[in-house]
Amino acid sequence: MISLRDLTVRYGATTAVDSISVDLAPGKIYGLLGRNGSGKTSLLSVLSAYRKPSSGSVTIDGSDPFENRELMRDIVFVRDALDAVEGDRAGTLLDLHARMRPSWDAELAAKLVATFELDLRKRVGALSRGQRSSLGVVIGLASRAPLTILDEVYLGMDAAARTAFYREMLADYLEHPRTIILSTHLIQEVADLLEEVVIIDRGRLVVHEDTDTFRSRGVAVTGPADVVTVFAEGRTVLAEQSLGRTRQVTLYGGLDADDRERAESAGLTLTPVGIQDLFVHLTSPEHNLEAVR
Amino acid sequence: MFDDRSPIYQQIAESIKDDVLRGTLKEDDQVMSTNQYAAFFQINPATAAKGFAQLVEEGVLYKKRGIGMFVSPDARAKLRGQRQERFFTDVVDRMLDEARVIGVSVEEIKKHIDGGNR
Repeated sequence: MISLRDLTVRYGATTAVDSISVDLAPGKIYGLLGRNGSGKTSLLSVLSAYRKPSSGSVTIDGSDPFENRELMRDIVFVRDALDAVEGDRAGTLLDLHARMRPSWDAELAAKLVATFELDLRKRVGALSRGQRSSLGVVIGLASRAPLTILDEVYLGMDAAARTAFYREMLADYLEHPRTIILSTHLIQEVADLLEEVVIIDRGRLVVHEDTDTFRSRGVAVTGPADVVTVFAEGRTVLAEQSLGRTRQVTLYGGLDADDRERAESAGLTLTPVGIQDLFVHLTSPEHNLEAVR
Repeated sequence: MFDDRSPIYQQIAESIKDDVLRGTLKEDDQVMSTNQYAAFFQINPATAAKGFAQLVEEGVLYKKRGIGMFVSPDARAKLRGQRQERFFTDVVDRMLDEARVIGVSVEEIKKHIDGGNR
């Protein structure tokens, strides 16, 4: 179990992670969703023992991962920077990881290198953005660490490479279940793969629940303005728009069968809100988060 | 395959029920394992497991420990019964509503059906 308690990360006067408490059970695929600058990378850096929190705590199975050799061996954190010497060849970097990690699967690494058509003789600094990302994915998956953290590893990958990444990740997870935390803002693409979503915005926790539940929380209600207004009263409205006498509100919180029946008999149209739209609404600057939490 | 209209586990359950109703899955046929299903449709295995669990609860599937999941012998009859009950409210009444809105008379509908246009 990963437990964050009042976890806070500050850089000078800036608070990147603001008092987050959350428990993550082992063996699931999590999506850490947030806009750019929402604090995802800071949060993951603490989780993977790359930095100490300013206050609060992280424990993994009861122990603090920071400077904890044994725990750190079980964590792989792949981020943008790749943590590599630019002059090293891609193959040298993989060899290094293979030596460091007892759980390294060379066969999987070779298969992924072929899938992503990576040229291992190239120097890390000479790789394209997408190739660097692919190399990160090879390291992240072939490490087969009990806690695998992939921080926006798809940057620069084209749609085909991303599809290959998702497919390989799921396939290896099915064979070797482990905790995978995937940070992303391309939610639509990965939503079906995620067992739970954790959404943070401006350093604060907004949502943590299973993906299917979250998916059913948003509903758009369309109809005559006055009827819509009455129906929406007392509910959390994420967005609204009007066209002539027609009004549409996006509600958060899900409707029960009674609500639905009432809406339909009042002549209102209910449409589901896609998971990506729901995320956008929840993290839009004008939205009042306190209403949701 | 899946959309945002309802939880994916429910959509999985519905699609398996459809297969049973159409006879694509027959009684005592083994269904795909959770992992096979997850890999095939590119979804989280927990989601697939939840869909199967619902079908077991509803008696559409049954479990054989250590082997897998199978279609219950009475699943098709049971599902047909349920769908027949819903047929008039969900399909016929809705069609009549639509007909009224667009000005198609019941007589015209009857003629269409009797004419064997399909």
